[in-house]
Amino acid sequence: MKHGQARFIVGFLAFPLLLYVVFVISPFIQAFHYALTDWTGVSSEFNYVGLQNFQNLMQDPLFLTAIKNNAVLLIGLPLVTIMLALFFAFLLNVGGSAGGAGVQGIRGNGFYKLAFFLPQVLSVPVIAVIWAVIFNPTADGMANSVLGRVGLGSSGWLADPNLALYSVLWVLIWGSVGFYLVLFNAAMTAIPRDIFEAALIDGAGRFTTFFNVTMPLLWDTIQTSWVYLAILALDVYALVAVMTAGPGGPDNSTQVIALQIAQNGFQFGRAGYASAMGVVLFFITLVIALIMLRVTRRERIEY
Amino acid sequence: MTVTVNTGEPDKVDNAAPPSGKARGTAASRDGKVGDVAVNVFSHAVLVGWSVLVLVPFLWALVASTKTSREIFGSPWSLPDSVQWSNFASAWDKGVGDYLLNSIVVVTGGVILTMLLGSMTAYVLARYEFRGNRLIYYLFAGGMMFPVFLAIVPLFFVVQSLGMLSTYHGLILVYVAYSLPFTVFFMHAFFRTLPTSVAEAAMIDGASHTRVFFQVMLPMAKPGLLSIGIFNVLGQWNQFVLPSFLSSEKPVLAQGIASLLASQRYEGDWGALFAALTVAMVPVVVVYLVFYRQVQGGLTGGTLK
Repeated sequence: MKHGQARFIVGFLAFPLLLYVVFVISPFIQAFHYALTDWTGVSSEFNYVGLQNFQNLMQDPLFLTAIKNNAVLLIGLPLVTIMLALFFAFLLNVGGSAGGAGVQGIRGNGFYKLAFFLPQVLSVPVIAVIWAVIFNPTADGMANSVLGRVGLGSSGWLADPNLALYSVLWVLIWGSVGFYLVLFNAAMTAIPRDIFEAALIDGAGRFTTFFNVTMPLLWDTIQTSWVYLAILALDVYALVAVMTAGPGGPDNSTQVIALQIAQNGFQFGRAGYASAMGVVLFFITLVIALIMLRVTRRERIEY
Repeated sequence: MTVTVNTGEPDKVDNAAPPSGKARGTAASRDGKVGDVAVNVFSHAVLVGWSVLVLVPFLWALVASTKTSREIFGSPWSLPDSVQWSNFASAWDKGVGDYLLNSIVVVTGGVILTMLLGSMTAYVLARYEFRGNRLIYYLFAGGMMFPVFLAIVPLFFVVQSLGMLSTYHGLILVYVAYSLPFTVFFMHAFFRTLPTSVAEAAMIDGASHTRVFFQVMLPMAKPGLLSIGIFNVLGQWNQFVLPSFLSSEKPVLAQGIASLLASQRYEGDWGALFAALTVAMVPVVVVYLVFYRQVQGGLTGGTLK
């Protein structure tokens, strides 16, 4: 019996674990190793160069531009997405018309969630193509024709070095809001109703209830969302690679770390250098996740 | 956190408000009556506004697949003078048929293998005590947090040295490996919630461990398998980063779309591009509309944990 159990465990785990170690764990570990070499990726020989790659990175203007652009996304994406998603979740939950104060779901709740979530299930290239055309910089472009109708001038969008990164940021936000709306809505649903009833009996209106009861109870979910969105912002690749000129342009205004890794690793024959960039990305991700989890930590409310 | 997320629940909350609450609340609600209507109208206006912002680009892309390139850019807001079904034929000529076939083969193989290996791993980790159990679990769960771009350069050379670049089996195995963390994490939580008594009864009746898993536990885990299965279908169908580095000679649909966009910048056959886009979008949207509760539950369930 005991023996059969051990065989069963090994039999079930061996293949998945092998696959996972070969294709996931080992490349991650190898990246740390290659980061210390001058490997080109083409020849099989390489020399150990210590931390030379990292020193070069700190003086690589393109990489520093990429870091700066990722920082803009890192701040903008979580902030705007969470605020919009919370705002919409608030409207979904308290915007209903009938009855007294308190929590009242809005009519058409299901439809809104269905619609808002849609970008989440489509692939990034599909979204990138659609927005690349919407952002057509001529006056006939869709975004420009709408803005022209309401009296605002036309913009260059992705063709304008000052606007391109913010256009990318907008598409990221546009695609993410639905997911976090559904997430926040699900978390609100999990709050027991007697908490709301108690607030109602105490005479709290819908705004007071939302800001003083719902929001604090959602804190854990907001915090998790922040970390996930930060990782998304640091990992941006497909949108930039498909949508922007170059990619990474115009004038490197949309360069990001992932794009730099791809270009150095696969086009410029600098696999060691690209691995060093990956290691930097890893530590930035780690530090930001830790900071977010620590700084935003509050008393956990159990119910 | 449970794996299925119940949507549409908030409507019920108000109905259950006790009578005393209504009585005490009248003072607040009397002057709030007009405010209520205003809030309601405002809410709908904002929510409809965002729905338009989300839905119009997709509907527009569907319509654009039946227009000429000149119409797409010259009069973006009008319907086509005559429906250009030929866009789909020229998309097919540009390789969309091959991309579609590649996507179907890789996703079918990838999802079946992911579900099989993922639930086997999750089951053993959730139900059997042995040394190294926690370590293996955290090894998988940790994989959800790593940035893929840290691994992408070495991964390319691993796949190359195995002779698996631009092959179906290479892409399938890589998809499975990168889908395992979330699948194991999700199914692990699910197997924990299932009762042990049925499996114990089957064991007493002399069923082997393997038989208990396939004939007792897997059927009981169907709701979880459905959620995570749809999640994996969508995730692998939409995968772009892995194939664009590992399968440049056997492009999947997402890659095909990206390269079609690049080539239309000088070829100018935008109708064909949007036809290709429609081919990529429609199956996903149909799956989403049919299974949207499982999709939303599956995608958000893991985050809430």
